[in-house]
Amino acid sequence: MIAHAFFFYFFSFIAVVSAIMVTVSRNTVHSVFFLILDFISISSLFIMIGAEFLGMIMLIVYVGAVAVLFLFVVMMLNVAKQENTWFKSSTNSAHIPIGLLVGIIIFFEVIIVIGGWKYKPDLSSKIILSDISNTHSIGNVLYTDYIHLFQLSGMVLLVAMIGAIVLTFRKRDGLKRQSYFKQLSREREDGVSLVNVKSNEGIKIDD
Amino acid sequence: MDYIYSLIAESYKILFLLLPLLTAVAMIVWLDRRVWAFVQKRKGPNVVGPFGLFQSLADALKYIFKEIIIPASSNKIVFILAPITTMTLALISWAVIPFSEDFVLSDINVGILYLFAISSLGVYGIIMGGWASNSKYPFLGAIRSAAQMVSYEVSIGVIIINVLLCVGSLNLTDIVLAQEKIWFIIPLFPMFVIFFISALAETNRPPFDLPEAEAELVAGYQTEYSGMMYAMFWLGEYANILLMCAMGSILFLGGWISPIDSYPFNLVPPVFWFILKILLLFILFALVKAIVPRYRYDQLMKLGWKIFLPFSLTWVVLTAGFLLYFDLLPKV
Repeated sequence: MIAHAFFFYFFSFIAVVSAIMVTVSRNTVHSVFFLILDFISISSLFIMIGAEFLGMIMLIVYVGAVAVLFLFVVMMLNVAKQENTWFKSSTNSAHIPIGLLVGIIIFFEVIIVIGGWKYKPDLSSKIILSDISNTHSIGNVLYTDYIHLFQLSGMVLLVAMIGAIVLTFRKRDGLKRQSYFKQLSREREDGVSLVNVKSNEGIKIDD
Repeated sequence: MDYIYSLIAESYKILFLLLPLLTAVAMIVWLDRRVWAFVQKRKGPNVVGPFGLFQSLADALKYIFKEIIIPASSNKIVFILAPITTMTLALISWAVIPFSEDFVLSDINVGILYLFAISSLGVYGIIMGGWASNSKYPFLGAIRSAAQMVSYEVSIGVIIINVLLCVGSLNLTDIVLAQEKIWFIIPLFPMFVIFFISALAETNRPPFDLPEAEAELVAGYQTEYSGMMYAMFWLGEYANILLMCAMGSILFLGGWISPIDSYPFNLVPPVFWFILKILLLFILFALVKAIVPRYRYDQLMKLGWKIFLPFSLTWVVLTAGFLLYFDLLPKV
């Protein structure tokens, strides 16, 4: 049990410290690296309470895909040069009220969960009592009781994806595209023709 | 006391996995160069030791004694962390690979997800190296590499779903045991081909080695690295290639299961078959490097997103439909 407690405090310490470092660190790219460290330590905590599937999915989705895109954007926008002036500036930032609002909402959400409010009271007993693996039990619940919510969230993600594409899509003129079909179906007659050239007159190639 | 005892026992096991692995990585570099040379009718490294077997050892010595140069304008901590990340991630994924039924370091329930997660983390070593170098070519190489690896990860994920539909478990040992009757390469052959090509792209091997295309980007994200730090990138890359070969042989070639289940073949230890399959896949990797010209970047992206992804998604529907119709879906 000692080792378990030790690792729990180890990972939670890293998670909390790196979460603080995300907001404090001067360099934006460093912030993203700390965010990644935070995700990794949280997924380790998930694995420690036996939610191995959730921990791995957290690693794959957040660290493997989402944070890569964060890094991408942060590097491409060259915000690495803009230093975080949060703790240096004397003027108040305009983001503080919004941040506080979000913080308060999350705080109350956590209180509701810790307070023991359950959406389906019999659910946890259904999962824990059965001796099937974690992945199977999530599948059993997700694709039966919660299928509508699951599909709804899928639709929301789809709409968000289409929205992002529509917002950033711009049609460019004069763009040359490769068409494999056109390339491969090109015959000799399309490209080559034999012309008798009279001497001293030359030939005009139509273009 | 129990903890200390198990700690020592585990370290012993890890040591006995890592030492052969690192030796294998060094040997595989030699094999890669030899195969490449033979395809081009050259001799390849054949001077150091018998058949040039000690070439990698000599190279390693050279790298160790070279000076490590850290660019003045680089971000030093991230610059040093990048090769360490690559190397560590390439090595820790071997913890779940089952070499035979009872020869596995950690037989976890979500083994295949662990492999997938670690291979999706592999992109960070490259991104960190490219960004921290604070130089044009490494940065461009890192951006290219990140986009490429994220794209091909998607199709690898869908291919894994195909295999999992036939197995009904995320455990790697279960995946191998499910292939006792028939290797998945036979029913899922198109998926094996796509897995192989995606693995080439995932490990930045030719013909998809655009992140380090020397004609355009010097050496991509490795440009500013020297000495042992460069060697660590290089070792990590080859360890990742070996891992992809191991993954391919577990998912499609039946892992440690012998090809013919009869008398003389039963006597061979199962580890032998597993290593043989890894080597076979690796020689395929090496052959592809020698015979296929490099892709253009837009073609690479087109291949990943417009051809592989729709095709493997269609195959998921087909596999699921087939298994459902003939009532072959694995029971929990």
